[in-house]
Amino acid sequence: MFKISKYVFYDILRSKVIIAYTLFLLIISCGLFIFQNDISKSIISIMSIIMIIIPLVSIVFSTTYFYNGYEFIELLLAQPLSRRTIILGEFIGIAFSLVTAYLIGVGIPILIYAANATGTVIIISGIALTLTFISLAVLASVATRDKAKGIGISLMLWFYFSIIYDAIILGILFAFSDYPLDKAVIVLASLNPIDLGRIIILLKLDISALMGFTGAVYKEFFGSNFGLIYSISIMIVWIILPLSISIKIFKKKNL
Amino acid sequence: MIRTENIVKKFGKLQVLKGVNTLFQSGEVISVIGPNGSGKTTLIKCILGMVVPDSGKIFFDGKDISNDFSYRKDIGFMPQIGHYPENMKIGQLFAMMKDLRRISSELDEELLEEYDLNNMYQKAMRTLSGGTTQKVSAALAFMFNPKVLILDEPTAGLDPLAAEILKEKILKAKKQGKLVIITSHIMSEVDELADSIMYLFEGKILFNKTIMNIKTETGEDKLGKAIAKIMKQNNHV
Repeated sequence: MFKISKYVFYDILRSKVIIAYTLFLLIISCGLFIFQNDISKSIISIMSIIMIIIPLVSIVFSTTYFYNGYEFIELLLAQPLSRRTIILGEFIGIAFSLVTAYLIGVGIPILIYAANATGTVIIISGIALTLTFISLAVLASVATRDKAKGIGISLMLWFYFSIIYDAIILGILFAFSDYPLDKAVIVLASLNPIDLGRIIILLKLDISALMGFTGAVYKEFFGSNFGLIYSISIMIVWIILPLSISIKIFKKKNL
Repeated sequence: MIRTENIVKKFGKLQVLKGVNTLFQSGEVISVIGPNGSGKTTLIKCILGMVVPDSGKIFFDGKDISNDFSYRKDIGFMPQIGHYPENMKIGQLFAMMKDLRRISSELDEELLEEYDLNNMYQKAMRTLSGGTTQKVSAALAFMFNPKVLILDEPTAGLDPLAAEILKEKILKAKKQGKLVIITSHIMSEVDELADSIMYLFEGKILFNKTIMNIKTETGEDKLGKAIAKIMKQNNHV
């Protein structure tokens, strides 16, 4: 399994896209720290940017890589390797590359300028988001043999989680504003990995008061130790669930 | 060695295999022939586990392969059109395959030398011609000394010299007691290499006979003519 990951990693390194991505993240985060004197403001800006860019790059890059690397998968299938090993090997290889890029591009600047609890939370939720969206990309890639369709599904997923979902939540909150929504709001946030990441970071910044009543609900729940364990487990579910569904589909796939 | 029981496979509405029962024994060269689209490649891919049959079972050395993958260490597969990672160089490809397969037996690098691939290690896979890619496929199939060789139209695209080298290699493998399964449309080649013929027609086995029997039954001494005669008879029925 790790042998496959090793070759996937070498192959990704050769493509140079990953280097451009690393540099891009590095320039953005360094720039925001250098040109903004208030560290917590820079952190919020970095957060807003990575909440959009990380899911997008992770899901599109992984899907494209998966389809372009189909020859490699075909070659592996005729070898004494289980299909589970092949998928997990691909996943780990892609994950290792993208997480390394993130750690260099965002992790290092944060360690230099903001090595505190908030910084740690940003790093962890960024890694979790990267892994979640690679996992979703693998699911999109095994779901269809057609590359255009696969990338389409990936973009739709990204669009849904970053934009449409928030609109739906707003709509629900607005429509049912007369009812107690505290529990519902927590459930709704768990159903979107991007929202979950954002809430955890915002709570660490102690600006939840700005979010009004919902902020208070979040603070009470996600601020507690139980809330932290809860959100970490939900993030892990978001990584593992799409991946295990992909393995199930891939095991029955004709190639 | 390899036994299939009632293999059925549908792609959408198209039923490609309609219950295929076969038995392949080691030490023989079997040629799977049949018109285009008769299910030859699908059958091979089922044996390799690349296509999952809708129903039916495949046994390799008596073991059901449906939830197994380790049996593939005993198979060398040469695809009709080899797809390899484009950025990789020939040398890197061979190094990777050696790394991925846990090598138990000795490596067979004869084809590597005879095809002069040793001196092309620095060439990237995407720059290779179709024929050279086929040579790489052939060298990979034989490299790990497998008990079973599955060759899907092996000589298509090879130049006459390379084809001769491969044919000799196949006959050698047969002498070593290996099972060789070949699909081919070139009857003279089948005549040279194979002991028996399995004829697939629209997803079913029409006949499975030794070449000797086919020739005596039809009274032709050229295999191509004999097969054509049988095909014609079947069309009239």
